[in-house]
Amino acid sequence: MTGMADSTDIGRVMDGLCPMHAILDATGHIVHAGASTHKLDPSGVVTGKRFLEIFEMKRPRSATSMQDMMAMAGVKLHLQLRAAPRTGLKGILIPLGQASSFGPPGGAIVNLSFGISILEAVNDFSLTSADFAATDLAVEMLYLVEAKSAAMEASRMLNLRLQGAKVAAEEQAFTDTLTGLRNRRAMDHVLNRMIDTRQNFALMNLDLDYFKDVNDTLGHAAGDHVLQSVAHMMVSETRSDDVIVRTGGDEFVLIFSRLKSRARVAAIANRLIARLEEPILFGDKECRISASIGATLSGDYTNPTFEQMLDDADVALYAAKRRGRGQHVLYEPALREPDESEVVYMPERRRG
Amino acid sequence: MHGLINRSIERFVHDTYGDNTWQDTMRRLDTGIAEFEPMLTYEDELTVRLMKALAHVLDRPEADILEDIGTYLVSHPSFESLRRLLRFGGVTFVDFLHSLDDLPERARLAVSDLHLPGMELREITSEYFCLTVHSEQIGMPGFGYAVMGLLRAMADDYGALVMLEVQENQGWHETIQIKLLEAAFASGRDFDLGARVG
Repeated sequence: MTGMADSTDIGRVMDGLCPMHAILDATGHIVHAGASTHKLDPSGVVTGKRFLEIFEMKRPRSATSMQDMMAMAGVKLHLQLRAAPRTGLKGILIPLGQASSFGPPGGAIVNLSFGISILEAVNDFSLTSADFAATDLAVEMLYLVEAKSAAMEASRMLNLRLQGAKVAAEEQAFTDTLTGLRNRRAMDHVLNRMIDTRQNFALMNLDLDYFKDVNDTLGHAAGDHVLQSVAHMMVSETRSDDVIVRTGGDEFVLIFSRLKSRARVAAIANRLIARLEEPILFGDKECRISASIGATLSGDYTNPTFEQMLDDADVALYAAKRRGRGQHVLYEPALREPDESEVVYMPERRRG
Repeated sequence: MHGLINRSIERFVHDTYGDNTWQDTMRRLDTGIAEFEPMLTYEDELTVRLMKALAHVLDRPEADILEDIGTYLVSHPSFESLRRLLRFGGVTFVDFLHSLDDLPERARLAVSDLHLPGMELREITSEYFCLTVHSEQIGMPGFGYAVMGLLRAMADDYGALVMLEVQENQGWHETIQIKLLEAAFASGRDFDLGARVG
């Protein structure tokens, strides 16, 4: 028998080429296994055990005997460890042949790999580079997963920063994107400047009437169209240094510099309302709205603050709405009296 | 140049010299950029100017700074993921040296537009190696010094004792001479395949 390989030789060859293999004898018992295969068993040694005691054959079909297993020779096997963590494995079985002098006669070699469960397996079984064949791509795959996760994380951070920058830019913007009018931020800026420089100006709060009906019956596209038309009308009815702000959905604030005559304010308000009551065409549909206006004049205050003026204009606006739509009211302190404003005063809550 | 490289320089300056030094450097650079985005690409020439500005602010030769950056990238805790990725290159320091030829490809697998200079390792004897770093390929003279700093830290990581020396060649590429005095001088740092950094 000289020159013939024995099972010691085959073990040495397999250990080098396939660290996760098992050599089975004719009864399906493991007579030799690679170092990585031993790691799969909680006892750390698989030699002498029945292969199917340790591994459950899942696909292409289950197996209960060596004969069952031999019937699946040469095809891709799906196996699972019977012991926790019940790791899934891929494998292939090659029979050694009845007259084999290269390993146990009637036995087989099974080679195993982790497949996609590799990520958990490296931790579960404390695997090192030495547990994989030099030609195995498993370590490269681990590298790739780790490298890609790091790169993905860096990209995610970039996206977050860009998102943050976009929000910041929007917050810093002075323009309402739908109408091109100024936004609330711009209004605070303008009002502060006017009050600081003690300019006379008139402040108007303008709410569209029936706008909700347009939105509800004709849809948001019609609503947006109306808002844009309204913006256009207001711009054409005012002077270039007046400031028009869209403060909310259908709410506007108009600031008229150098205006101190109540009669002039009333005339402008009437003209604006009349203009906004003109029908607005949306396709072949006609949209009809109106506006309510509450106004106040900086000249009426000894020390005007913009919070106070906005609040007074608001009181006047609600008075205008109560008088029916398409009205304007100029603020006067009497509007705040209970019979006029119908305000219900709630008792102040005690602090805990 | 890939933002990852500029960002590495930035982080190095931040962690080693503090924010003021970084601000000074960027003011001297006068680009309007306050910090680099690791996932964007910048002009190659900007990195060259950045290194010059930094050399001026720190009053140190560029080569020394580059070497420190290389060491920093492997040894600083905030770059643990990079150390791990490099350790995937091999089980021993010599294995790792042999993986350097593939380093630009490995980098591209992770980040497809990250271009690192080509590297060629020659094994003269089993203890003496020469690594040529083709810095000219990415338009960054002296990149070899950063690689030397990185090799120094990686040798530590593997527990190997080495002597390193850079030789500058014509046309912007460097050769690093690597003398391996003892492959297992110290125990080195652990590398667990499965211990992924979050």
